[in-house]
Amino acid sequence: MSKGLQLSKLIMGDAQADRVVPPTGFTARLTLFAAGAMAFLTVFALALSLASGRLATRWGDELAQSSTLRISAPEEQMAAQTAAALTVLESTPGIASARALSVEEQRNLLAPWFGPDLPLDSLPIPQLIEIVETEEGYDGAGLRLRLQAEVPGAVLDDHNRWRRPLERAAGRLRLLGWVSIGLIGAATAAMITLAANAALAANAQVISVLRLIGAQDSYIARAFVRRFTLRALLGAAVGTALGALAVFLLPSAQESGGFLTGLGFQGIGWAFLALIPPLAGGVAYLATGAAARRTLGELT
Amino acid sequence: MIELDNIAYSYGGGELLSEVSFKLAPGSFHFLTGPSGSGKTTFLKLCYGALTPTAGRVQLFGKDVREMDRDDHAMTRRQIGVVHQDCQFLDHLPVRENVALPLTVSGRDSLEQHSNLKELLTWVGLGHRASALPPELSGGERQRAALARAVIMSPDVVLADEPTGNVDWEMSQRLLQLLVELNKMGKTILIATHDMNLIRAAKHHVQARVLRISGRKLQLAGADL
Repeated sequence: MSKGLQLSKLIMGDAQADRVVPPTGFTARLTLFAAGAMAFLTVFALALSLASGRLATRWGDELAQSSTLRISAPEEQMAAQTAAALTVLESTPGIASARALSVEEQRNLLAPWFGPDLPLDSLPIPQLIEIVETEEGYDGAGLRLRLQAEVPGAVLDDHNRWRRPLERAAGRLRLLGWVSIGLIGAATAAMITLAANAALAANAQVISVLRLIGAQDSYIARAFVRRFTLRALLGAAVGTALGALAVFLLPSAQESGGFLTGLGFQGIGWAFLALIPPLAGGVAYLATGAAARRTLGELT
Repeated sequence: MIELDNIAYSYGGGELLSEVSFKLAPGSFHFLTGPSGSGKTTFLKLCYGALTPTAGRVQLFGKDVREMDRDDHAMTRRQIGVVHQDCQFLDHLPVRENVALPLTVSGRDSLEQHSNLKELLTWVGLGHRASALPPELSGGERQRAALARAVIMSPDVVLADEPTGNVDWEMSQRLLQLLVELNKMGKTILIATHDMNLIRAAKHHVQARVLRISGRKLQLAGADL
């Protein structure tokens, strides 16, 4: 029988064939619960993974497009070096704009650490220049050489040392999310296999009768596989719906919020949820099919 | 049809059947008798491929059972109707669905099932018990339902293992009558029984041969009845 025909028989079913295997309360409940609980956890693992991906992208994008030039020089040379630096930056390909931060802006940057009353005038604070890059970016090594020659007190920070660990951490979180989804899938398969094995063992007499009257093993297996697949599909649909509701009810992301408040689905991310029940059904189909083939092969 | 060629069958270290040869001719009617534990049920199981001989060769409809895969066995079972002593029903399904199971598993359409079923249940006298569950049936009703299930696919051969073992004399006569009717329709019948009264009663209705298992061997117990 072709795979397509098998699948259509599985989906369409056969009312009489469905009745051949007696209802088994314990395995039915175990499959429904396992599929539901695992789908619920999958929603959170998926949310974690997608949120980590968004975070990595955001951190990367935000920090990749800007740099900072710090000028440390004696007070009497500061203005001249700042002007020279701005001249160099404005003539550097790949730099969209460069702007020296005002005293007020620098005070605001330091306020979280030193308080609002910091006497900047009496402290040797370096001058900061904010650089905004074009899409293409600039040649960092070349710019450093020019600055070394023309603005000796300038230090260029292209944010790489901040960006890379953050991106790496977010990437690891994303990977952790996908690994969790894989483990959840494997655990689901294991539990459904256990339930299917229990159902097959409990129905050894039914299998014996079916064989006696000429049922092929594929028919017997299909009766079990269909039942477990549909249960897993139903359980996973309920689990996914509850998981999605729980994620939806999480506090929404805010500027002042951290990573946790951004845990959720955005845009196309919601569509991934629709894949969870069919995937759970697919896992149940494969797990029950393998269990049925093995058990039927062992039964004489 | 069914041919056993010098077969032996061992179980649990002991030989149950030895040097048994037998050919079931189309349209024939056989009784198989012998004391309890002599190997009648084993012989029947060898005849429908549920067991494989430890020596010798069994051919079912021209195929060697050793060369048959599970699907071949399933197809063969559709050509051989079997009535077990314990009937072997699915207790959660009503009689109607139990009798129709061979049609269900072979994918026959429900219209065919409906017409065959009604006729068949009436023939075995269970038209009024179609909705009952197997545990609600009497011994005789169970045997008749098992017989109806065995013949619903219109098999060439019907094998019955002690079909009258759990029923009274009147019911055993009724069952015998049904099996004789099947034989007159051209079906090949083999009945394993220890009930000699049943065999004697059959001589009034059918020309049958009696086989006996004794000392692990199969013997012709008597002339044609």
